[in-house]
Amino acid sequence: MTDKIILAGNPNVGKSTLFNRLTGLRQHTGNWAGKTVGSAYGFLELEGRKKMIIDTPGTYSLVPSSPDEELARDCICSEDCDCIIVVCDACCLERSMYLALQIMERRSNVIVCVNLMDEARLKGIKIDFKALAEKLGVPCFGISAARGTGVSELLEAAASSQYDNGSDKFDTHSEPLELKIRAEEICRASVIYAESHNKGRKIDTILTHRFWAWPIMLVMLFGILWLSISGANYPSELLSRLFASLGEFARKGLEYMHASEWLISMIIDGVYGTTVWVVSVMLPPMAIFFPLFTLLEDLGYLPRVAFVLDHAFQKAKACGKQALTMCMSLGCNACGVTGCRIIDSPRERLIAILTSSLVPCNGKFPTLIALITLFFVGSQGGLLASLKGAALLLAVLVLGVGATLACSRLLSATVLKGMPSSFALELPPYRKPRVGEILVRSVLDRTLFVLGRAAAVAAPAGAFIWLMANVTINGDSLLTHCTGFLDPFARIFSMDGVILMAFLLGWPANEIVVPVMLMAYLSNGTLVDMESLADLTPLLAEQGWTWLTAVCTILFSLFHWPCSTTCITVWKETKSAKWTLLSVALPTMLGLGLCFLVASLTRLFGLA
Amino acid sequence: MSSSIKLSELAPGTEASICSIENDSALKTRLTDLGFYPGARTKALFSAVFGDPTAYLIQNAVIALRRSDADKILVKPL
Repeated sequence: MTDKIILAGNPNVGKSTLFNRLTGLRQHTGNWAGKTVGSAYGFLELEGRKKMIIDTPGTYSLVPSSPDEELARDCICSEDCDCIIVVCDACCLERSMYLALQIMERRSNVIVCVNLMDEARLKGIKIDFKALAEKLGVPCFGISAARGTGVSELLEAAASSQYDNGSDKFDTHSEPLELKIRAEEICRASVIYAESHNKGRKIDTILTHRFWAWPIMLVMLFGILWLSISGANYPSELLSRLFASLGEFARKGLEYMHASEWLISMIIDGVYGTTVWVVSVMLPPMAIFFPLFTLLEDLGYLPRVAFVLDHAFQKAKACGKQALTMCMSLGCNACGVTGCRIIDSPRERLIAILTSSLVPCNGKFPTLIALITLFFVGSQGGLLASLKGAALLLAVLVLGVGATLACSRLLSATVLKGMPSSFALELPPYRKPRVGEILVRSVLDRTLFVLGRAAAVAAPAGAFIWLMANVTINGDSLLTHCTGFLDPFARIFSMDGVILMAFLLGWPANEIVVPVMLMAYLSNGTLVDMESLADLTPLLAEQGWTWLTAVCTILFSLFHWPCSTTCITVWKETKSAKWTLLSVALPTMLGLGLCFLVASLTRLFGLA
Repeated sequence: MSSSIKLSELAPGTEASICSIENDSALKTRLTDLGFYPGARTKALFSAVFGDPTAYLIQNAVIALRRSDADKILVKPL
């Protein structure tokens, strides 16, 4: 008894959903092939024993085409286990059967588990499990992992998993074609298909329409951005006020305990101030953006985006799946980098990795929203203002996507020469998003994550900045020395020393760029007093900010060195110093170049 | 019986039976895995702008292929 159970199967059949149900963990699931790129481990009590469940990335065959499939193949073929549960798609049984047959040729103790039975019922598909089990010679079960039906019977079989699958029935390592034909024969004997309705196809013809696809995509994205910005205003204000009063309370408490002046200031103004800013300004928009985005993901819209964008990526000599990794980068650049494992060709994978930080991530959105709101939208609020803000943010996003395509083309023409490889993308059926689960998972996970990051990064950063601002050498604070040093260089790009330093210090996490910047501008860092972004406008104007400064800062926020997590992830994925350095240099040079261009042209025409 | 054409030339809405795949081993294996093998039935569904890529119904799933790859598959319209 190894007490291990492996879950194998095609992409997007519900392995991770089943895994979550069995282990109670919260693996990220999404309605597109390639969501799981690494193996996951969880535990389950089964008949008194603790079993380890291993969730593998989806694969169409044991002959791998990409790193995530290779990982799955290695696990399926070599990992010691009590049994392998091959999860199949009831609506697409033939293809799942192909993998099952391949696995059965190489391993014993296979259990076939047909998932998505609820969807099959809706489509009028009936499966004769007795006939299936007879033909295959292994136990077969029909389940719905999302609803939980049939799972207990499956587990019973898995618990007593010393099965002999009669492997002398099949030749070892048959030709793919032979297996395909055998799979077809098995399915013909056990599956009854009915007339398919295909409402989904009708929707697809609209969403991928030659003309309407792009406007629909832009409008949807605009909608999500607008909801995130406008919906976040009130919660942000509430949180700010709450934290401000808490801060005063804490300050009085520390004074009561006779803590020294400088300690009080460092804790309240430095650490607390920065952390609280991150939470109250950064958190609400993200708490709205993420559930909405995950809703689209669960629906199955992302592969359609990749379908529509593929032509553009072909022109850039890259892989259409890069559209999917780009979407992942919107959430977190580092996740976008690991997601690149779904790309088959190493050349195209590298292009996707190197360009992943050209789209704004979760951590950069707050900086962008803050600057856009401050300089281009005005402080009154109201419908028009939030629409304008969302439109500008969309423009920034589109710029990021454009830069991704342009840089991919550039890389294909220079250091990563080659032709685009073959590309096959599965468009899964539309599925009803599990709204309740999404809300809980996104809001809770996101909230906890941002809070965690705030504590881990913003707090020390706040303390560090406070120290820099209050430790003096030769009459000037350390902070003034540093920013003064960076200032002349920064001015070329229409930024100043403080902004540049804020970006440098924001290397661990992009969320802290604005708080660090503000604290540096203020001599004693009383961020806690600010109730809304509107209070910042006079402060920035005082420091010499113009609309040009804002534009360049926005551009640089979009295109600068990737955060530390992303850099480490690129290193782990590429195992090469050369590519990691390029991943840092590419966005930075693009950012500096663009700022220089914009600044110079504006000055040339005397516009600022 | 109609003669074989390239899959990329199959009009949307038409069904066809797959005859052969050009012998580019990596592509051929990949396509076989996904269900494109001689004898299988497929149907062209819809295309993106410029007609590339196109979505095909194969083994009850929808798979999108680029024109350059669909060019390598020969089919007989039904």
